[in-house]
Amino acid sequence: MARVETEAPVKGTPVGRRVVLGMIGLGAAGVVFGSKAQDWLEHVLAPITARDGTGLSSFLPVGRFRIYSVTGDLPNKSTVDYRLKVGGHVDQPFELSFADLQAMPPTNLDKDFQCVTGWRVHNVKWTGVRLGDLLNKAGIKAGAGGVEFHSFDGAYTESLTMEQALRPDVIVAYSMEGKTVSREHGGPVRMYVAPMYGYKSCKWLDGISVVAGQPQPGYWEVRGYDVDGWVGKSNGRDDKPTS
Amino acid sequence: MTSTVGSGSRMVATTSQRVEPQRLVRFDGAERVLHWVNATLFLTVMSTAAVLYVGPLSAAVGRRELIRQIHVWCGIALPVPVLVTLAGRWGKGFRADVSRLNRWTKDDKRWFRSFGRDPYVELGKFNPGQKLNASFIAGVIVLMLATGSVMNWFHYFPVDWRTGATFVHDWIAVILFVVVVGHIGMALADPESLGSMVRGWVPARWAREHRPRWYEEETGSDAQREVVAGQLAGHLDGGD
Repeated sequence: MARVETEAPVKGTPVGRRVVLGMIGLGAAGVVFGSKAQDWLEHVLAPITARDGTGLSSFLPVGRFRIYSVTGDLPNKSTVDYRLKVGGHVDQPFELSFADLQAMPPTNLDKDFQCVTGWRVHNVKWTGVRLGDLLNKAGIKAGAGGVEFHSFDGAYTESLTMEQALRPDVIVAYSMEGKTVSREHGGPVRMYVAPMYGYKSCKWLDGISVVAGQPQPGYWEVRGYDVDGWVGKSNGRDDKPTS
Repeated sequence: MTSTVGSGSRMVATTSQRVEPQRLVRFDGAERVLHWVNATLFLTVMSTAAVLYVGPLSAAVGRRELIRQIHVWCGIALPVPVLVTLAGRWGKGFRADVSRLNRWTKDDKRWFRSFGRDPYVELGKFNPGQKLNASFIAGVIVLMLATGSVMNWFHYFPVDWRTGATFVHDWIAVILFVVVVGHIGMALADPESLGSMVRGWVPARWAREHRPRWYEEETGSDAQREVVAGQLAGHLDGGD
C-alpha cells in the first residue's frame, strides 16, 4: 500500500511555488515601498550594528555608500602628488598641496549624504576647508557668477552659483570619518556640498574655477539632473533636507 | 552492460531483480551541465557584485565599467540555461526534478520542523533544505533580473522605483551570499551528494539510507526492509 503512494512523486504541497511567488510579492513590495522600508530597517538595525564587534554588519546594505564613477576606472592620486588649482575670474590664482589645505582653518560637518538614486548615509563626519575661504583668498572679481569644479578623473565636472558656493556648509573636504578621504570616495580631496544631492559634490577634485556670468552645467546636469540639486526640492524627490 | 545512463531505466549496473544495484543515477548529463553553467554564472555575478559593492575591493580592482558590464550581462544570462534545459527533449530529468523540488510531503514538513533530526522521516530524492535552496535560487533569478533591470534602465521607471529596486537588489544579494556559502559548505560536507553532481550517480546504499523513498521509486524494493527489517512498520502511512 505504501508503494502505491510513493510512486507518484509529484504529490505533496507545492511549497516551492509558494516560496517563489512569495519572494516575487515581497520583492515587488520592496520596490514600491523601498525608501520607507529602508528607513525602517535602518532604524531597527542601528542598535544591533552599533554593538557588532565583527565588522560584518558593514556589509549590510544599510547606511552605506555606493561607489560611482563616470569613467571606466577609479582615479588614483597620493596626498604627496596632490595639487588643487584655484583660479579663473579671480585676482590671485594659486595652487595648494594637500598639506597646505590641512594647514588652513578647518570646518567640521556632521551631516547626511543623500544620493539622488535614493540611498542615504546618516551623520557622516567631514573635515575640510570652506569653499568660500578659498575663493576669498583668491579674490573674487566683480561680475563673477559662479564656480566650476574639475575632477582629475578627466571627465566629471560640476558647478555652483556664487551664492551657493559661499554657503558655510559647502566645503573642500580632505577627511571623512576621521581619515583622509579614500580613493573610492573621491580622495584625497573632494567637494562636500551638504544641502545638495551627492552628484553636486565633485569627487577627485583638482580644480576650482570662478567664472564670469553663468557657470556651465555639470556632467549629470547635461544628462538630465537638476542644476540646483537641493535635497528634497529637486529631481522630483521629496527626501528630508540634509542641511 | 554497466552504463545505461540516459536510457529509459535510471538504474546502472543492474543484472537481475534479485541483485541490488550498486549505483543509482541521480543527475543526468543535462542537469549536471545546467548546474555547473548556473554555478559559474552565479559566481561571476557575485564576485563582480562584491567588487562593485565593497569599497576597498573597488579600489583594488578598478576597471569599474568593465566589471559593471560583466555583472549586467551575466545577470541577464542567468535565466537562459534554466529555460533552455526546461524546454528541450534533454530536459526530461530536470523537469521531473523540478516537480520533485516543488512538492513537499508530510515527511518533508516533519523533517523541516525537526531541523532534520526526526528519525522517522523518510525522504524522497531531495531533502527540504535542498528544495528550499532550489526555490530560493529560482526566486532570486526572477527578482534580481527585475530589480537589476530597473537599476540599469532607471529612466524608464518612476524615480522611487530606483530606490526600491536598489534596496531589494542589495538585500537579496546579502542573503544570496549567505545561502550560496551554506550550499557549498554542505556540499563539501557530503561527498556522495557532491559527487553525484559531478559524476551523476550515487552509491545505492547511500540512497537507501538517506533517500529511502527515492530508492524505492528507482529500484522497486523496500528501502526500510533492507536497512532495519520489520522495524517501524506502518509509519509510511504518515506520508502522502
